[in-house]
Amino acid sequence: MLTDFIAQLPNFLAQVATTEVPVPHDLEIPLPIPEWALKLWVVPVFLLHIFFVNLMVGGALMAFVNEIIGLRFPRYDRLARCIGETVTVNKSLAVVLGIGPMLMMNLLYTIHFYSANALTGHAWALLIPLIITVFLLAYLHKYTWETWTGPRKGRHVLVGGAVAALFLFIPLIFLVQVNTMLFPDKWSQVKGFFTALQIGNVFPRYFHFVAASLALMGLFLAGWFGRKSFPVEEKLPEFTRPELRRHFYRWTFWVSCAQFAFGPLVFFTLPTQGITATVMLWIFGAVFVAILVLGLLWKEIHESDARIGRRFWPIAALFSLVVLGMGQGRHVYREAALAPHKEAIARKTAEFRSIELGTQMRIRTGLGAGDALTAAPSGKKLFAQTCAACHAVEKATSAPSLVEIHSLFKDNPAGIVSWAKAPGKKRAQYGPMPPMAHLGDDNLALIAAYMLEQGKGATAQPTAAP
Amino acid sequence: MDFPIFHLEFLGNRMLIAITAIIHVLINHPLAVGAYPLITLLEWWGLRKGEPAWDKLAYRIVFIVFIITTTVGALTGVGIWLTTSLVAPFAIGSLLRVFFWGWFAEWLVFISEVGLIMAYYLTWKRFATPRLKRLHVAIGATLSAFSWLTMALIVAILGFMMNSGAWTQDKSLWSAMFNPLYLPQLAFRTPYSMFTAGLFVWFCIFFVTKRDDPIRPRAVRLVAIWTLAWLPLVVLGALWYWRSVPAAMQANANVALLTQAFSQWHGMFIKIIGYTVAVVAVMALIGAVRPRALPRYALLVPFVLSIWLLGHFERVREFIRKPYVIADYMYANGVRVSALPVYQRDGILPYATYSAVKQATAANALVAGHEVFMLTCSRCHTTAGMNNVITKFEHLYGREPWDHEALVGFIQGMHLTRTYMPPFPGNEAEASALATYLRSLQPPAPAVSAAPAVLTANR
Repeated sequence: MLTDFIAQLPNFLAQVATTEVPVPHDLEIPLPIPEWALKLWVVPVFLLHIFFVNLMVGGALMAFVNEIIGLRFPRYDRLARCIGETVTVNKSLAVVLGIGPMLMMNLLYTIHFYSANALTGHAWALLIPLIITVFLLAYLHKYTWETWTGPRKGRHVLVGGAVAALFLFIPLIFLVQVNTMLFPDKWSQVKGFFTALQIGNVFPRYFHFVAASLALMGLFLAGWFGRKSFPVEEKLPEFTRPELRRHFYRWTFWVSCAQFAFGPLVFFTLPTQGITATVMLWIFGAVFVAILVLGLLWKEIHESDARIGRRFWPIAALFSLVVLGMGQGRHVYREAALAPHKEAIARKTAEFRSIELGTQMRIRTGLGAGDALTAAPSGKKLFAQTCAACHAVEKATSAPSLVEIHSLFKDNPAGIVSWAKAPGKKRAQYGPMPPMAHLGDDNLALIAAYMLEQGKGATAQPTAAP
Repeated sequence: MDFPIFHLEFLGNRMLIAITAIIHVLINHPLAVGAYPLITLLEWWGLRKGEPAWDKLAYRIVFIVFIITTTVGALTGVGIWLTTSLVAPFAIGSLLRVFFWGWFAEWLVFISEVGLIMAYYLTWKRFATPRLKRLHVAIGATLSAFSWLTMALIVAILGFMMNSGAWTQDKSLWSAMFNPLYLPQLAFRTPYSMFTAGLFVWFCIFFVTKRDDPIRPRAVRLVAIWTLAWLPLVVLGALWYWRSVPAAMQANANVALLTQAFSQWHGMFIKIIGYTVAVVAVMALIGAVRPRALPRYALLVPFVLSIWLLGHFERVREFIRKPYVIADYMYANGVRVSALPVYQRDGILPYATYSAVKQATAANALVAGHEVFMLTCSRCHTTAGMNNVITKFEHLYGREPWDHEALVGFIQGMHLTRTYMPPFPGNEAEASALATYLRSLQPPAPAVSAAPAVLTANR
């Protein structure tokens, strides 16, 4: 054991040495609005987006499960259909409402967001095709409900299953992205989506998210089917309104109870670098309100048919508070976790800016930026940079050789300059020469002199390829 | 320099964005921007004439448009953003900072647009009374306005990338938005959207009506007239754009020079405009006079032509902005113009966060060369896939082993002969390391005896 350990020690140490935290430079253009304003808005705007994401994911899952139950008990098939109808609307809202928070995240966490992006690049590139696929399948599922029946029902259920599975997978890509951006110290270990799954606490967060989607959708449906304007008798004749309310309250209640297991799991697996007193305050405040929500749900479930539904809006309001508290806690955690790294980035960015401005100043004042830039242009260097790709000294490859040019222009260097500024096409075997006027007469004269000098002593070789 | 590098060696990074963007624009222009106003027109026409057949037709077409725009259309739009953040985070990050309020406004307009699309489609059957029906037509008209507005806002950003106008001096959002190429582009894209919507809806009519349905010829006639009506504006918009481009290019490029490739492309644009407009005009005339005369598949010809036109338009647009990704401010490889001298003096590797080596030396030339390639070339080039540099050097230097000095000289001066290329942002040692790396990738020269055969095969 011990000898093994000692044998591996150098490897281990080398690994530790290479896993230093990368500190990039920030972009040069300053933020267009103050950072505090972005921080104020990013959480509520993000929660609005995630609200519809939750409804979309939860809805797809619940529609699928109810459709399967409906194979045996037909009234659940109709219920599944009514749930499924909300998915295609919620998905559109989820997409459009996602633009704003993404814009704000891109500004607030420019370096972190894009770095996590690139590190899980292939999964990120797959997002759009996957989302398009699941959206098209969701429409297919919705608009074939009446036609794919009988022997075709199996196909319909399968499509619903594919929709649910894709909706379960896609959030994982986003989750890996926002998780990866939190841990710059792990970036050098990330080699794509699958390794990124292993840093931080992706899976506990993922289960927490899926359960939240189910709970939120349950509460949403208690309100959606429970509202006066929903035609229960027409669309779900085998159910009564109070029955639907109770059914989905109960669902919300039990899933929320499960969150009391997932929540602590997320909390205790969270890397400690961002946990502060403020984070605890937000999270435990939200947990306290969540207990109130459970109490109210319990009361509603045991309410008589005549009175059930009266506490819906208070529950919805408190539920929103829970989500806001959790979201804010999450944000404060991210801020605390990234603060040292953001500071290091700001320092490094300022450092580079001063180097850059110093260089610009030296160029402007004529001091020169350094050897490479102060060196006077020479015909040799200019020829190598602009002409040598096509013109060789002796051999005519893709253009006439310098020997040939010498024989044409030996007493007339100015002729080379004027030709180069506006070349024509002379020889059938070569392509046309691009104009070089932008180099300026002085540089072209230097080149011409160099060309003639090189072409003078040499002798022509036959063309390489006929 | 400042982001881990995502690189698609086979497809090429540009292609990932290009595919997404082309699909998006081909759906956005004819369907989102053009089709909603035309469908609203059909619906309004039916309401005015009191003929439900028009309404039924419009509803069937709006279903197709609704499904496509809320899936592939909307998502590829977001996709341009997502793929760009993968490939060129430095560019999209900078653009977002310049255009924050524009982007924010775009977001609000986009929310309204999608909300209106859903309201328009989902309430179609429910709004049955004449009063509600009029309201429904009004929703359609508002939706059309918002669809156009989303395009109008985003085109400002595209124009900015090509020519930043006064922004480089005053850094204001207004200067950035009303850059010299903005209005000409919009003047082309708007009528383009409308006339291609005509072609699309015309095509749809064949699929949603029966052969003997009396509405079919009448609808074809109406749509043909719509298409015809927009054609003059397409020509005017295209000419305006075509004439503003060289001026904008001369004003923005340090090297004010229209390369031969560009002038060829530029001339090509006018030719395609000519073909497309001529073919569409003839077909639309036939459609307006004898609506039954044209078979459905004949419509594919103008459709393909108009896709070609737009494809060329976008390619020219992409070509003009080179070598910059944001004109006069940032090169396509993410190097800012004002930081270039620093890299040319000190090298780029000391400032590259994720580079395995910080200095190019003779000992690490291959590794350093690879890093330099990834940092400075890989946003546009690959070494074995699309737009690969090895093939380009083979065209230049043939298949015999390349001369190291020639390669180094070319790398440092390529922006002088190929003005669409950014200047090499590295020092002498890095240019040499890059040359070493590129030479290591050169395929072995063919055996001497086989040479003539290979040469003939290549011709």
